[in-house]
Amino acid sequence: MSETKPSMLRRFTPFIIFLIMASLLLYMMTLMNRGDYNPRDIPTELIAKPAPEFTLPDLINPEVMVSSSAMKGKTWLLNVWATWCRECWREHEYLVTLAEQKNITIIGLNWRDERTDARNMLRQLGNPFSQIAFDPNSEAVIDWGVYGAPETFLIDSEGIVRVKHKGALNEAVWQEKFARYFTGVTQ
Amino acid sequence: MIRYLYVILLAISLSVSANSIEIYTFDNKQQEKVYHSLTQDLRCLVCQNQNIAESNAELAKDMRRKTYEMVKQDKSEKEISAFMVTRYGDFVLYRPPFEPMTWLLWFGPLIIFIVGILFVVRFMKSQKPDAQVDSLSEEEIERIKNLHAEQDKK
Repeated sequence: MSETKPSMLRRFTPFIIFLIMASLLLYMMTLMNRGDYNPRDIPTELIAKPAPEFTLPDLINPEVMVSSSAMKGKTWLLNVWATWCRECWREHEYLVTLAEQKNITIIGLNWRDERTDARNMLRQLGNPFSQIAFDPNSEAVIDWGVYGAPETFLIDSEGIVRVKHKGALNEAVWQEKFARYFTGVTQ
Repeated sequence: MIRYLYVILLAISLSVSANSIEIYTFDNKQQEKVYHSLTQDLRCLVCQNQNIAESNAELAKDMRRKTYEMVKQDKSEKEISAFMVTRYGDFVLYRPPFEPMTWLLWFGPLIIFIVGILFVVRFMKSQKPDAQVDSLSEEEIERIKNLHAEQDKK
């Protein structure tokens, strides 16, 4: 009888290993479903670092230059968008809400677009941006380590990048990641 | 009929390759070498199992162009890959640097291999005693022979 206990344990070892692996898989899949983990996400290198500078022509007035350094002293968002990006269309309404109701300064970075297409989209959905940098050749985009759209950065008044969000913005994301940087400043 | 098919296939393959590779001209052989080695080693960020030399993705094209511009300015291979790493992290390199953070990445396969070997060795050892039980000693073989002989007599 004394022999049965260890051999029972031995018999169940593969099953226990299987259970551990299966629950690990289930755990990762729930994380992915909730959007808390995406294996294709690439962590940004920019957090807590000075925002890369850019000076690009404005989408609407090409003679005017949009420059990130002109934003010093303000907490602002940089939103990377494009007409070919579906999530950007979905996100746009919320950006308008942010700009109009919460008075947030958003600089747009229009990526690899045609000027007329981009302007048409704004005409249809409204323009939440105080300025829009036009970047058809991905110059600022590469400098900011952007690899998809939409992406939104928060830059504080000292010009330091504090938040990067990959994917569409909405109220829940706003409350979780961005809202605390604006309490008492602009709201 | 088959000849037409060949022509169509050739046309398709030509258009595909023309799509993925831009024609860049370099000032010298060294620049060309640096460009090719970099585009082989930089990972495409949207199609993560390809390098930017092979990928057709727009972002890979942009990164090739950026690499080309920097190569033309005679930046070294190190400088250009450092430029990409400060923007996209170590992830952009197909061969990540060797540092404490990536030890598991480098040694992981070796560790799994060694653990596998240990398991096999243990398994083989546990099989051995059984095998000895199965094989008969000379004495036993003699006895069987005798038994057969007795049966034959009957």
